[in-house]
Amino acid sequence: MPNVMIRQKQDGNLLFYIAKKDQENVVSTVEIDTQEQWGGEVELTDGSRYYIDPMSPPPVFPITLRFKRAE
Amino acid sequence: MSAMSKEETEALIAEVLEVYPEKAKKDREKHLAVNDQGVESSNKCITSNRKSLPGVMTIRGCAYAGSKGVVWGPIKDMIHISHGPVGCGQYSRAGRRNYYIGTTGVNTFVTMNFTSDFQEKDIVFGGDKKLDKMITEIDGLFPLNKGVTIQSECPIGLIGDDIEAVAKKKSKELDKTVVPVRCEGFRGVSQSLGHHIANDSVRDWVLGARDADNSFETTPYDVSIIGDYNIGGDAWSSRTLLEEMGLRVVAQWSGDGSLSEIELTPKVKLNLLHCYRSMNYISRHMEEKYGIPWVEYNFFGPTKIAESLRNIASHFDDKIKEGAERVIERYKSEYEAVIAKYRPRLEGKRVMLYVGGLRPRHVIGAYEDLGMEVVGTGYEFGHNDDYDRTIKEMGNATLLYDDVTGLEFEEFVKKIKPDLIGSGIKEKYIFQKMGIPFRQMHSWDYSGPYHGYDGFAIFARDMDMTLNNPCWSMLKAPWKQESTEAKAVAASA
Repeated sequence: MPNVMIRQKQDGNLLFYIAKKDQENVVSTVEIDTQEQWGGEVELTDGSRYYIDPMSPPPVFPITLRFKRAE
Repeated sequence: MSAMSKEETEALIAEVLEVYPEKAKKDREKHLAVNDQGVESSNKCITSNRKSLPGVMTIRGCAYAGSKGVVWGPIKDMIHISHGPVGCGQYSRAGRRNYYIGTTGVNTFVTMNFTSDFQEKDIVFGGDKKLDKMITEIDGLFPLNKGVTIQSECPIGLIGDDIEAVAKKKSKELDKTVVPVRCEGFRGVSQSLGHHIANDSVRDWVLGARDADNSFETTPYDVSIIGDYNIGGDAWSSRTLLEEMGLRVVAQWSGDGSLSEIELTPKVKLNLLHCYRSMNYISRHMEEKYGIPWVEYNFFGPTKIAESLRNIASHFDDKIKEGAERVIERYKSEYEAVIAKYRPRLEGKRVMLYVGGLRPRHVIGAYEDLGMEVVGTGYEFGHNDDYDRTIKEMGNATLLYDDVTGLEFEEFVKKIKPDLIGSGIKEKYIFQKMGIPFRQMHSWDYSGPYHGYDGFAIFARDMDMTLNNPCWSMLKAPWKQESTEAKAVAASA
């Protein structure tokens, strides 16, 4: 369950940063990304997938969240 | 020698790895790579931030070096206690040339060495009492200090001293900032963890100090310079450019920086991050807690400076954008003259770098401005995010080496035969004796500054002075030189 810092890049994409691993990846898809809710399965550009319970209202970036590794 | 192809570079790596035992070879293999700009993420081609192999010559430092030497050390109006045996502080004292303004020993203390000088008795009975007494003494002897940091050396962690308790007690007693830093040298694999620990201690003990105090007058153009250690005056030559374009530099982290500057940083509008490796942690924290965005910039060489100034300006209004253009225009004739003078003398020369922090990628632009090519680069203690940023800067089929060992570096140099090497003092004399011009790029070989337009002129001069020094043609002893005359004599005999 890595702690992940998510910030918005200048081009609008979300940057997924795992401090422990010094891994910086752009988020390619988010399962639920609406006005009311944000979360679910998150896929990164390198193909790895993480999961977080959908949050409502959507979080304000940058924020540190605790993700689970998606199976 | 012309540029190597990908296959040739791969063959070179394989050849160098040949001498290692099987297990070591397997490990080192992962740290050496051929650059391929097509690769998206560096973890596919290079492994970094791993423990060095026992038995190889590594150039890395320890967590204490990262905290006391890099992040905390340059903060000028605080006293940094090297808490533990005397050597760690004494042998690293004043070596980094973090310039600062002030009277040393009166209101600034950077080049001085404060140590608790642990003896057997302190190891056996604990050093907290000594530390307590020491902080009281320091405050009596140097009343103008703004605070004290306790930089732990290895034994502190091993014997389990409670420096946090001492810090809290003394802080209350003296009404000054006292920061305990748990940067024992055995933590982590290199100085990189020391940076992180130091950043975290700034976050926990200093940064929030003025959150409730709004008396500081802010402007919409407040910025802070983060991760510039003012080596040879670097931060000053950067600061003038920023001020000229209309920004107000509130804080310098940490070269020529002070405690109050650090406390005021959460009030700025934008954090400008130069050394990503050592200060990205605190920048990320400020972004999350205070909503201050941060940008990475690069002030080596006119191309990158112009790029960075425009990027920084894009976060502000038109006044600053015009300011950036004005600054670039103003220095144009100056840097063009530098390039016109030195480029013909340096054109086509090939450089190999092996340094730490930001330089393995940041200085590439400056060399390219002088017509030189960087054919190999590597970080002492970089992480994958550093290599992600490096891949784009380096040419295809050039060498990347992480935590390179003495042997590998020498062998690479023998095969690639670069015209110039930039690395640390421990490498300097080996390569000079091999007949290769060398610059010590950790503290600019006692020169500098290298940042900004002013720094670029010095950078170009230094590179020329090293590369085109007449001494390189005199390296062979006269009796070893095969002159045509000697040959003729030998033939007639």
